[in-house]
Amino acid sequence: MSRFPKLLTAAAPAFVCALTLAAPPVLADTLGLGRPATEAEIKAWDLDVRPDGRGLPPGSGSVADGEELFVDYCSVCHGVFAEGVDNWPELAGGDDTLADEDPVKTVGSYWPYLSTAWDYVHRSMPYGNAQSLTHDEVYAIVAYILYSNFLVEDDFVLSHENFLEVEMPNADGFIVDDRAETEYPVFSTAPCMTDCKDSVEITMRARVLDVTPEDDSAAAPAPEPEVTQAAAPAGPDPELVAAGEKVFKRCAACHQVGEGAQNRVGPVLTGIVGQPAGAVADFRYSKALEERAEEGLIWDAETLKAFLAKPKEFLPRNKMSFPGLRKDEDLAAIVAFLQAQE
Amino acid sequence: MSTSNPSDPGRRGFLKGAAAVTAGAATAGAARAADDPLITEVQPWAQSFGDGVDATPYGMPIEYESDVVRRNVEWLTADTISSINFTPIHALDGTITPQGCAFERHHSGAIDLPKEDYRLMINGLVDTPLVFTYADLERFPRENHVYFCECAANTGMEWAGAQLNGAQFTHGMIHNMEYSGIPLRTLLNEAGLDAAGDLADKWVFVEGADASSNGRSIPMVKALDDVLVAFKANGEALRKEHGYPVRLVVPGWEGNMWVKWLRRVEVMDGPVESREETSKYTDVLEDGTARKWTWEMDAKSVVTSPSPQAPITHGKGPLVITGLAWSGRGSITRVDVSLDGGKNWQEARLAAPGTDKALTRFYLDHDWQGEEMLLQSRAHDSTGYVQPTKNQLREMRGLNSIYHNNGIQTWWVRETGEAENVEVS
Repeated sequence: MSRFPKLLTAAAPAFVCALTLAAPPVLADTLGLGRPATEAEIKAWDLDVRPDGRGLPPGSGSVADGEELFVDYCSVCHGVFAEGVDNWPELAGGDDTLADEDPVKTVGSYWPYLSTAWDYVHRSMPYGNAQSLTHDEVYAIVAYILYSNFLVEDDFVLSHENFLEVEMPNADGFIVDDRAETEYPVFSTAPCMTDCKDSVEITMRARVLDVTPEDDSAAAPAPEPEVTQAAAPAGPDPELVAAGEKVFKRCAACHQVGEGAQNRVGPVLTGIVGQPAGAVADFRYSKALEERAEEGLIWDAETLKAFLAKPKEFLPRNKMSFPGLRKDEDLAAIVAFLQAQE
Repeated sequence: MSTSNPSDPGRRGFLKGAAAVTAGAATAGAARAADDPLITEVQPWAQSFGDGVDATPYGMPIEYESDVVRRNVEWLTADTISSINFTPIHALDGTITPQGCAFERHHSGAIDLPKEDYRLMINGLVDTPLVFTYADLERFPRENHVYFCECAANTGMEWAGAQLNGAQFTHGMIHNMEYSGIPLRTLLNEAGLDAAGDLADKWVFVEGADASSNGRSIPMVKALDDVLVAFKANGEALRKEHGYPVRLVVPGWEGNMWVKWLRRVEVMDGPVESREETSKYTDVLEDGTARKWTWEMDAKSVVTSPSPQAPITHGKGPLVITGLAWSGRGSITRVDVSLDGGKNWQEARLAAPGTDKALTRFYLDHDWQGEEMLLQSRAHDSTGYVQPTKNQLREMRGLNSIYHNNGIQTWWVRETGEAENVEVS
């Protein structure tokens, strides 16, 4: 018989009827594969936080601290006021818009549980550098998101102790999937096969909108660039540069290069190789980096590789919270790529 | 095609041959054809060598098929690292999606995770929290199943009306593969579920190893039913973009739950209500309330050819109308096709009987006389559900659901054979 008899006798949720529970497979005894997880391993991976606050670590953070962190780590995508940049998610605003033509779904207007915001920021943000924030920093950023939604005052401090006191405006805005009651009976009748309508008119055309991507596959391939052996360039190996371009994807969430590049979370990196440290105009560097710059640190291939291998060791307390590149070939490639960015 | 010498007889013959074929198509039918130089002249491929067996240790499609690729819709998302692309369903046939062109959806990019570095943890309300290596997983009894994986947002851009011109873009967030893997219940049993007590109200939380750590809560009932921990697709290792080395397969349920780079399964007494199951993958109704836990993908179908990216190019006469149908609640039992925008319907031919939660291919062999058509298809599944029209769905849900748009699609095929995405009254 079933290894899971309790499941079959209990009052099952509505969706059970759709599942094939009639013949649950009979499982053999265990195979003795795998090994017990250690406490430290479970602690490292079991990070999820529940709506009732279970999983929240002790800690606290203020709106004021959160604002500073948010500007540094989040605003490049979410905007200084959590209003969203370009196509990135807006995190604030949108009150009472859910029944409108274009609802604005933000943490304030839509999210039913505050735990979701804490859990997500903690595990998945900042974008491109997940799991780099301390618990207090996460509390502070979530406090600032609440503040930007006018849900708390500017002197508010969020902690594990007052976490459940925060009221989320749309907490009651959700219903469990009711298609089985509202839709399936309506959509399960024998359909009409002949003369089902008097007339058929076209009411809308996609071509009018013209938002479909162009099919460029038929276009002629670009001519191969002519390689002139004579003028061997002194620049970096093109293959290494190409490999570096891929590695740079990991940097691109915070850094820009090339034409029109702007400072984002990190400074513009065009021309960085050979440049003195801390020299990009209008970028707010960490004290740690400014001190090293005064000592005369130059970003050449060697210092860059050392920094990018272990950013926190090379430059303790610096602002770049990137864990570092593990592979030597990635380090060589990224330096070659940066060298090519004149 | 290595030569561009215009006097090369092979190439000249090829060009003349192409012209002759085009002319033959224009006159159509049994009219007496001119001699076809592709037949009467010896072709280069019939004279000299092709590639040796070492040319392609792992083969790619031939260059003439280079347009059959996944495509992105740039304006949909802010960044390709957290984005989606689309399966070229307009150009495929049969039901199995080749991995190389099966749509991808990442929340933080497709990661490099070697098998040797892979670990899967089972923890929470289990008797013994366990860690498995990839090699451990290979030693459990394994099953093979074909299932479709459809993003809940497939066709989501069409809620407010016809937007995108191509089956790839309107319906391409879907693929269908044969998975080899271990039933999740086997692994849960290995860790022991006595500690969980009554299983009817228990859940599992599943999460990935990538930086987004996409996590979803799944009711224990489903976890013990047909969920697979898969490491092979279509006979070979999963592709990086589909979660190499191990992903979750949650048959019939929305693609977001099919967690890639699966690293942890936690048995819980309730759902986590993660970002992916509250702020996303919930469906806003007309009055502003939202449905949550809308996991199942309802029955749906689409004509893949002819369609905007696959126009009729052969003139009047025999025409193969074909498409795909699927249901997350069972198997496809029947597909109807309409040539006149839903006024009259006829039953299509299923290439094979529908199977549970997998794609079904249908055909309607038609004698096309150059008439305009408003092509539609309508799926029936084994629960008795019949695919609704888009307007029926809109009446129920309004326009802001984003997800779960399984309404009937219309292609307007013109006298020229070109097709366009339209909506009809």
